[in-house]
Amino acid sequence: MPDSRNSAITVHLVYLARLREAFGRAGEPLTLPGADSSVAALLAALRERGGSFGLELATGRAVRVAVNHALVATDAALRDGDEVALFPPVTGG
Amino acid sequence: MTVRVQTDDFDAGREIAALRAGDARVGAVATFIGTVRDVNDAAHVVTLTLEHYPGMTEQALEAIVAEARTRFDIFDALVIHRVGTLAPADQIVLVAVTSAHRGEAFDACRFLMDYLKTRAPFWKKETTPQGARWVDARASDDEAAARWEPPSVPR
Repeated sequence: MPDSRNSAITVHLVYLARLREAFGRAGEPLTLPGADSSVAALLAALRERGGSFGLELATGRAVRVAVNHALVATDAALRDGDEVALFPPVTGG
Repeated sequence: MTVRVQTDDFDAGREIAALRAGDARVGAVATFIGTVRDVNDAAHVVTLTLEHYPGMTEQALEAIVAEARTRFDIFDALVIHRVGTLAPADQIVLVAVTSAHRGEAFDACRFLMDYLKTRAPFWKKETTPQGARWVDARASDDEAAARWEPPSVPR
């Protein structure tokens, strides 16, 4: 039986509000190598693209993350097929 | 518990009447209405557009109401939040809470708004004479929400 802990996973990214405008897209699939499939690893992978990703996701920038519609901290683990939304601090009400 | 995200305006009087209809245990109804201001951060607001995260928004609001029900002795709660493009003086959000006595109703209503302001996935974008800009979150909203947490105990 293959060890699924180290398999690559694909998540579905959703970008909202000002981040959607900055990144120029509403979302995209992203494949992460299995060794570290945390939210932090995903953000690091996106940051490496540079450009608006490097700028908006730089350390210290306030970005909120929701996995399958629930807010999570950056140490949260990701699973294959998860919907991961990135957005600025909310401003409703 | 009722949570609605909609583009249409709401009639607060009718919603409140429906909320407490048939429940004579209710001795207190506390409500909050948020409306669009015409000036924000020194710029005149021409329109305000509210974006949300379909799929998460209702769920997030329901979780906030569920949290209020565990913290406060309330009978029922209602949250209606509009999305889409609004104009100054338009209504944005209605929060209403029923309970036996006013203390719980006031506190629960405030709690619901403090948590909605920091946890519900909505974002505002203003158009002004100078162009369009996204509204920044306020530190005061985070501080208000944090006041509902128990103070940390020093070791």
